[in-house]
Amino acid sequence: MLVKVETSPGRTPSAIEVTSRPDGTHVAVSGELGLRDLSEVEARLSALTGPVTFDLSGARRIDTSIAWAVVDSCQRLERSGARAGVTGAQGAVARLLDTVRQGMPPPATPLAGPRGPRAWLTQLGEAVAGSGAAFVEFTGVLGLFVARLAQTFLRPREFRLTALVHHCQAVGLQAVPIVALLSFLIGVVLAFQGAAQLRQFGAEVFVVELIAISILRELGILLTAIIVAGRTASAFTAAIGSMKMREEIDAMRTLGIDPGHALIVPRVLALVLMLPILGLIANVAGLFGGALMSWTQLGISPAMFMSRLAEGTEVAHVFVGLVKAPVFAVLIGVIGCRAGLAVGSTAESLGRMTSSAVVAAIFAVILADALFSIFFEQIGV
Amino acid sequence: MMAETVIEVRNLRNQFGRHVVHDGLDLDVYRGEILGVVGGSGTGKSVLLRSIAGLLTPKAGTVRMLGTEVRGASEAELDRLSHRIGVMFQDGALFSSLTVRENVEVPLRRVAGLTPETRAGLARLKIALSGLSVEAGEKYPAELSGGMRKRAGLARALALDPEILFLDEPTAGLDPIGAAAFDDLIRDLSQSLGLTVFLVTHDLDTLYAVCDRVAVLAEKRVLVAGPLEDMVDVDHPWVREYFLGPRARAARGARRRDEE
Repeated sequence: MLVKVETSPGRTPSAIEVTSRPDGTHVAVSGELGLRDLSEVEARLSALTGPVTFDLSGARRIDTSIAWAVVDSCQRLERSGARAGVTGAQGAVARLLDTVRQGMPPPATPLAGPRGPRAWLTQLGEAVAGSGAAFVEFTGVLGLFVARLAQTFLRPREFRLTALVHHCQAVGLQAVPIVALLSFLIGVVLAFQGAAQLRQFGAEVFVVELIAISILRELGILLTAIIVAGRTASAFTAAIGSMKMREEIDAMRTLGIDPGHALIVPRVLALVLMLPILGLIANVAGLFGGALMSWTQLGISPAMFMSRLAEGTEVAHVFVGLVKAPVFAVLIGVIGCRAGLAVGSTAESLGRMTSSAVVAAIFAVILADALFSIFFEQIGV
Repeated sequence: MMAETVIEVRNLRNQFGRHVVHDGLDLDVYRGEILGVVGGSGTGKSVLLRSIAGLLTPKAGTVRMLGTEVRGASEAELDRLSHRIGVMFQDGALFSSLTVRENVEVPLRRVAGLTPETRAGLARLKIALSGLSVEAGEKYPAELSGGMRKRAGLARALALDPEILFLDEPTAGLDPIGAAAFDDLIRDLSQSLGLTVFLVTHDLDTLYAVCDRVAVLAEKRVLVAGPLEDMVDVDHPWVREYFLGPRARAARGARRRDEE
């Protein structure tokens, strides 16, 4: 039985010829064979049984993959107790066969990992334990931040003002357009939806209180914190994580520079300073959007809006909203830095930690907001 | 008999901004030889490798590799060419999210009709040929030492049985014993697999242990190319310093001892 292996024009005709002889199967390999012919060759060789002789006297050029296939099927046949041999290999082909035979790794034993419910349970357990460990690390980085910040007050010379200003610009100033735009739109939506509901009771004019209280107390700062969590926590993780990957943080330690001072304090402090300001900007933009919508859709004039805002809304709402900002800022900053420090040495871990930092930061912000709501309810503000 | 020219560089010019790295550089590499490319820091050894391998487009000049003009080649031609060359980067440049074996399998995935078992088997062979243990094949690059990462990078470069192998500083950062073992490995593989090797190095020991010919980069071009023995006669300050310095004497002595 002659099997012509498909060859591209210009190459010498190549073939594997399998013939049955009294003393066993005879496999003649001829011409030039390479990786592209491997699947064909393998299909031929895997069907072989019994004593086999490989005759490579016609082979002009083969590559390691063909040599591997020949040696591999020899070893397979020998393991099953049959006789297998190679004859006729010459020159470069013989050298290659020798190299492959010597380098041949022992047969693979497939690693069977746990499967089914057990594996699922293991994964769940690891995930729970992992998030517990992440929380402990979070408290560690939080403690580091507080300790280094306190040291800064004792030794102001170690404080890195340039870094702080740089981060203030990155997390604060550059976030102003997106924060302002989104809260403006939320103000518009609130006015529009609120008015539609309140009109049923003829109470359109209360839309001012609706907008003011919801934006000043909750939405302005929460929305800002969520935007900043997505924007800044990821940036912190990526920046610190890539420094970690390139051993820059180890280098800092050997140079006597404390990563807490150099990396964590300026970043988190910049967030603590900037988030209240961003929240204030969000409040103003949200109220502006609401006022604009009330004016065009409900005919509440800006002057009317202003006077109802001043009469009907306590200033306490603003403070209830803004007092949350520093807490959110510490949460976002510390979570971002923690994730950066947890990056391993692979590019994949950087991506994983960045996305988990954003998720964790948003989760922490919303959880903290819920706790604040309960707290303010209890003390009656 | 003159061997076939597999790489032919003519009048190559590379520049970054106003900084000219190569100007009027000519180089030939013949089939089956191991060519060592040397030169001081900043003479553009790696840049030359990158422009031959097609990773960098030169400002001017031509690079012919295996009969294909690299600069004007279509994507299909470049793709075919990439099957025929292998590049080992300085630190291995392994994909960090894959194990060593999966790294070696990456180029094999482009070959149609291979079953996963075949791919794994071939990858394991290449890993073993590169002098790594089977266990190392299941590890991630981050878990390996620098020397092992270099070997893994070599295994990946060899995955498709390239005709030309590019090695960028293969022994930099290895201990002398590991470096000597790597030299032997390159020599053995190039002989048994019939490889042409383009080797960029600083290491005089490697140069004396494995190279058939040396090309010296200086003054923005290949100053001189030829067998190592001829280098001592070249009248150029850098070449004299390099090949007649104390380190070169030690490396030459080691080679003479090996030959005896």
